[in-house]
Amino acid sequence: MTEVIATNETILVVGGGISGMTAALEAAETGKQVVLVEKRPYVGGRVTQLYKYFPKLCFPTCGLEINQRRAKMNPNLNIISMAEVTDIKGEAGNYTATVKISPRYVNENCTACGDCAKAVEAEFDDEYNYGLGKRKGAYLPHRMAHPQRYVLDPAIIGTDDAQKAKDACKVNAIDLDMQEEVIEFKAGAVVWATGWKPYDANKIQPYGYDRIANVITSVEFERMADPNGPTGGKLTRPSDGKEVKSVAFIQCAGSRDKNHLLHCSRICCMASLKQATYPADEVAISIYYIDIRAIDRFEDFYQKVKAKENVKFIKSKVASIVENKENGNPTLHGVDTEGYNRYADEHDLVVLAVGMEPSVDKASFPVEITINEEGFIEPAPENGGVFAAGCSSDALDVNRAVQHATGAAMRAIQVVNRVAATEG
Amino acid sequence: MSDLNTAMIEKYRSSFLKEVEANVEEGEWVKMCMQCGVCSGSCPLGKHWEHPPQEIFMMIRAGKREDVLSSDSMWMCTSCYNCIARCPRGLPITHIMHGLAVYSKRLGLTPQKQPTAEFSQIFWDNLMKKGRVNELKLGLSMYFKDGFGQGIKNAMANQKLGQNMMKAKRMNAMEFFGGHSVKDLSGFQKIIKKAQEIEAGNIKEFK
Ligand SMILES: Cc1cc2nc3c(=O)[nH]c(=O)nc-3n(C[C@H](O)[C@H](O)[C@H](O)COP(=O)(O)OP(=O)(O)OC[C@H]3O[C@@H](n4cnc5c(N)ncnc54)[C@H](O)[C@@H]3O)c2cc1C
Ligand code: SF4
Ligand code: SF4
Ligand code: SF4
Ligand code: SF4
Repeated sequence: MTEVIATNETILVVGGGISGMTAALEAAETGKQVVLVEKRPYVGGRVTQLYKYFPKLCFPTCGLEINQRRAKMNPNLNIISMAEVTDIKGEAGNYTATVKISPRYVNENCTACGDCAKAVEAEFDDEYNYGLGKRKGAYLPHRMAHPQRYVLDPAIIGTDDAQKAKDACKVNAIDLDMQEEVIEFKAGAVVWATGWKPYDANKIQPYGYDRIANVITSVEFERMADPNGPTGGKLTRPSDGKEVKSVAFIQCAGSRDKNHLLHCSRICCMASLKQATYPADEVAISIYYIDIRAIDRFEDFYQKVKAKENVKFIKSKVASIVENKENGNPTLHGVDTEGYNRYADEHDLVVLAVGMEPSVDKASFPVEITINEEGFIEPAPENGGVFAAGCSSDALDVNRAVQHATGAAMRAIQVVNRVAATEG
Repeated sequence: MSDLNTAMIEKYRSSFLKEVEANVEEGEWVKMCMQCGVCSGSCPLGKHWEHPPQEIFMMIRAGKREDVLSSDSMWMCTSCYNCIARCPRGLPITHIMHGLAVYSKRLGLTPQKQPTAEFSQIFWDNLMKKGRVNELKLGLSMYFKDGFGQGIKNAMANQKLGQNMMKAKRMNAMEFFGGHSVKDLSGFQKIIKKAQEIEAGNIKEFK
């Protein structure tokens, strides 16, 4: 049974991405008791799936490692992974949260030796790689996962594979009898940091993501660029494995659009500019855009990418993509708004710079909360002791998400301090 | 925003944009265009346009009154609705195109011999006579619009089509002699006259 010791002075953080981790650590390091509930088997959220960070082009693993070390060293922070908050009752200073924990089938004894993964046969789409590759039924979600502990896919439970995994484990870490648990505990304040998800590219009908193999999304491109990713960092085409010589980026794919997301997702211009630096200089890159929104200090980065000889900018929202059946090349159709020239441009690979939408939809919040037109959490007094952090509040880059999360931690601390003062 | 600022914006705003907003159907949408280019790229007729929709909207904002109103572009629109389906700002582009065509016609700026404009006129005249469209006469007017000789040639070329339509009871040869009208023809004509008066009364003058 999972033990949680919590009081009305405890801060509950929902979501352990970079924002939730930041809020949890900031609060825990001031001496507050913090419980972090994360849906995935590991913390870090979507930044763990990025190859590099703009604007410095450093690796996300670096910052994540620091956070993980801070987390390990702090006795005030209790991380519950593979868990979801299903209900929150009460008011600021006196909440009761219900949390459902899914069985991992692997306990703390695990040394991440990997023997169980070798023993099992069944393979599944690898969600960490956005389905670009496969993973085993016993797996470590990714190389740097924290906690460094394997997971058994629930689909193998009751099959031979489950027994094979158990037999392979020398340290008795696999417990096939683990059950789903539902626990309840108290909290004085809640930080809501459930983040974002990529807009479903299948909904952008004219771009043919569902029909054309060589049309991919920006989140998939991050995985392809990573040397530890499904293609070993090689830029190859999904249709035929051919080396990619020309890439097109389509901006605002699903953003700033009445038919899709109304808002500008803010990070995708910078994400594409960053991704334009991933391929070798011989690869021709074309960026199709409405306008480039490299906000404030990112202008320098934009200028640097603009100066690169292999990068071309076309001011046009692409109208449609049609596959050239002979060579599998996606052909982009549209009108260049600087000169009103029609084009039909073929590329080896097309990357849709998909927008960001909130990961939790309006109807599924387990607590009363004010949501704006775009589905993000508004900072409203009616939210009581629930404070949004990071991308659950808006489309933000890491820097802004972390700043926002620190602010949310401050507000949560104020609430539990008030409780402490009255309870004395 | 201060009153002075609002007054200045009004004073210096392109007066052609104002004119379009006031006098063209759905014209008030033009300012919402963000010049993304999707409508132009999506228009199946786009190759044949002098100015694709997005360019027309830019020209309106740039005050290119004569160029827009005497252009043949908006007459090319086939109402396929591709542009409306894709416009990220939700502009009713098709309707604006038709609105511009109607307005240019009202002002007498439509290019000579523009086929869509010619057909529209023939259709309208035909409709006004009996309150319903006489398809036989409409077809014949189209055939003969460029003179008697050309008319005979056109009629011969489409003979089969005409015969088939008669067989399928889609057209009746007797309609050539007068043709039947709506029940209350004079009532119909009064309605149209009133509608035209109202429409004319709504037009605002711009210098
Ligand atoms: C293609 C692309 C490239 C990018 N590149 C960069 C870059 O180079 N530099 C940069 O600064 N930013 C970049 N970003 C933006 C960056 O990814 C975000 O700023 C960052 O992920 C925000 O972190 P977060 O913690 O708010 O959200 P997330 O990373 O989404 O974390 C949310 C966490 O909450 C968990 N969760 C969700 N729902 C629940 C639930 N119901 N219960 C419990 N837990 C839940 C999730 O599993 C996840 O772990 C990029 C974005 C994209 C799309
Ligand atoms: S569960 Fe056992 S076999 Fe699997 S990685 Fe952990 S220690 Fe190794
Ligand atoms: S950041 Fe750029 S690509 Fe993303 S929605 Fe905004 S303008 Fe479009
Ligand atoms: S699609 Fe809409 S917003 Fe884009 S150029 Fe056309 S009218 Fe303007
Ligand atoms: S409705 Fe008219 S303007 Fe719009 S795409 Fe079709 S033909 Fe072009």
